Parts: sequence; C-alpha cells; structure tokens
Amino acid sequence: MRLIKTLLVIGASVLAAVPAWADARSSAREQVEFGINVAQRGLWREAIYRWEKAVEIDPMYAAAYNDLGIGYEHEGQLDKARKAYEKALAIEPNNAQIRQNYDLFKEINDRSAQPKTP
Amino acid sequence: MTVRLNPKRPSRSRTGIAVAAAALAALTIACGAEMYEVPVETPIPAKLDVSAFQRVLVAGFVTGGTEDVDTNQETVRLLRSQLRNKSELRVIDADPMALNEVAQEQNKAATVDTSAPGEGPTVRTASTGEGNAATLLPQKIKDEKDLEPYDRLFANTAYWKRIGEEYQNPLIVTGSVLFVPRTSSGLVTREQEVYDGLGRRRVVPTRVYMERKGFMLRPKFIFIDGRTGATISSLSRREEALYNAQNETPALSTYFELMDRIVPDFLGTLSTQKIKGTRVLLK
Repeated sequence: MRLIKTLLVIGASVLAAVPAWADARSSAREQVEFGINVAQRGLWREAIYRWEKAVEIDPMYAAAYNDLGIGYEHEGQLDKARKAYEKALAIEPNNAQIRQNYDLFKEINDRSAQPKTP
Repeated sequence: MTVRLNPKRPSRSRTGIAVAAAALAALTIACGAEMYEVPVETPIPAKLDVSAFQRVLVAGFVTGGTEDVDTNQETVRLLRSQLRNKSELRVIDADPMALNEVAQEQNKAATVDTSAPGEGPTVRTASTGEGNAATLLPQKIKDEKDLEPYDRLFANTAYWKRIGEEYQNPLIVTGSVLFVPRTSSGLVTREQEVYDGLGRRRVVPTRVYMERKGFMLRPKFIFIDGRTGATISSLSRREEALYNAQNETPALSTYFELMDRIVPDFLGTLSTQKIKGTRVLLK
C-alpha cells in the first residue's frame, strides 16, 4: 500500500513537472527561432542576445547552446564559443550536427592559437 | 579583410569534415529536422601586436636557390601588394634592398686585427657589435646551410635601427627566401578512368612510377621594430610542389603557387583575418 502511495506521489510530481518543462522549452524555442531569423539577416548581436535568453530559460537546450556557439564564433568571441559548443555536446553528446560545427570551429581556433615562432 | 583558409595546404581533414557536414545536412533535411545553414566569418586576431606601428617597410630578403626567379624582387612586390590590400598598415614604397650584398659588405667590414704581432690574424665583426666572429659567407646560396651565416645580418640591431630611422620608425619585414629546384622519382597515386563491360565509368586510384620535378620554397619572415632594430618575431614556412617531369612548369608560376599557401599565415601575423565557413543553426 505504501509502495502504491509512493508511486502515486512520484507520478503526480512528474506530471506536474512536465508542463513546466514543456513551457520552458516552448518559450526558449521561441527565442531560438527569433535568433535564427535575425542571424540569417546578419543581425548576429541580437541573435546572440536571444540565444543567451534561451539557455537562461532552458539550460538543457542543446540546440540553443549550439547556436550560441556559432554566434560567438562569428563575433570572434572564441573562448565563449568553445564553452557553448562544449555545453551543447555535454547535453547531446551524440548530436552529429553539433559535433560537426564544433569540429569546424576547433580547426580554426587551434590554427589561430598556434604559438608564435620565436 | 577576408581570406580563405589556406587553400592549398593539406586540407584532407577539412575536406573530410566539409563532405561529412554536407552529407549530414542533406540527411537531416531529408528527415525533416529543423536546421539552417548560415555563412559565418570567424575573425582571427593578429598573432603579433603591431598597434605601435602605422607603417610597414618590406625591406628585402636574403635569397638563394634558382636564378630563374628574382626571388627578392618578387617577394617584396607580393608582400607589399598583400599588405596594401589586406592590412591596416601603410606600406612604404622603396626599392627592395639587396640584402645578400649588404650581408657580404658587413662581413667584409669585419676588421682583421693585426695589432698583436706574432699572432695569427683575428677576425672581428666591426659593424654588428654583436661580438660574433666573422666567417666567410658563401657567395652563392644553394641550400639552407649556406643561408645560416647570413642570419647575423638580422641580429644586427644597429643596422636595422639605422634603416628604421631612415624611414621614420616603421615595422620592418625582412628575412630570407630559399627557392630551390627539386626532383623526385617513385610511386605516386593517381586517379585513372576505368570502363567496365557495360560501359560504366569508374575512377580508381592506381600507383604509377613517375619522375617529378618542381621547387621547394622556404621563406623565413623576420619582423623588426624599426625604433630599436630588435627582432620582434619570425615566421618560417616550407612548401614544395612537384609535377610530372614531362610538364614544363615555369619557375615563376610555381613560386606564386607556393607563396599562395604561405601568404595567409604571413598576413595572419600582422592583421586580423576573417575565415569564411558555414555552420548549421538548430531549432
């Protein structure tokens, strides 16, 4: 009986949490979509602002971190870009598209970080 | 300023990534996922802080190797033109300095100290002030070993400071360029067209013996502070191009092909570069 009660409580908690999570994701997704829209028109700073808001709303949104990585990369903020890509991959390690973006970024970043010849 | 990512350098990994990215993009689009390919231009800051300079003097180079190309003249001309188009620095127009001769003269000016009778002549460098014992400089530079003794010229701060004063303290670009013929023979992989019984065309890699010839280009760029004559930094690169020995590829065209691979690194040392690429935004 106690087990059933516990299961019911857990089930209720999960059911209560799902709409909240769905709301956060939906709201974050709106920000991401707006960011994509403005990035495609070359307004990268506005896009970055939107994607930053998206990850604030939903810190487990891998696509938003991926987009943020691209935005930072375009603005030359390479440290921030690396962190954003790495966060995206930490959330979705098997996302091949994020991995591709990250590999392309790394190639440029490693190249720029080559030590100066003395 | 925007450059392509070194187009001729070994870019197998980059090509592989690009092909995989394209395939992945096509697959994902086919599956209905929401993704948007966007062009990006990643700015890469200059490796060297040249904010103290407004002007640059590409002075000239110690050169060696083939005489088919006036390597000093061509290198000076090419770098000046690239800097004019792709950097913020104002380029000083001046005749390229004949640094092979300058080095020879400085070496001759090394005084032979005969003041101590009974002892053998002692050779000292008079003009460098570096305390290096003068050694004979090879008149004709054929390889990297011949070039080595010429490096003293770049350590001669007094000389470069004087040049700097003459041109109102610019950043000075100098160094050495070795452009030597190369031959090689052996097995190389080539792609060959093959038609099967049904007339279908295929391209297969085949190993063939081939005699090849071409050139090796080894520039060493030295960046000198015109205010002090001191070396700030240097950049060395080595590139090689070999062609089928039956093809007569002109030395000058090979020189430009090889410099084309090197110039982005040179520019990246002095100015911010933007590297073009594409990334995929996800929803």
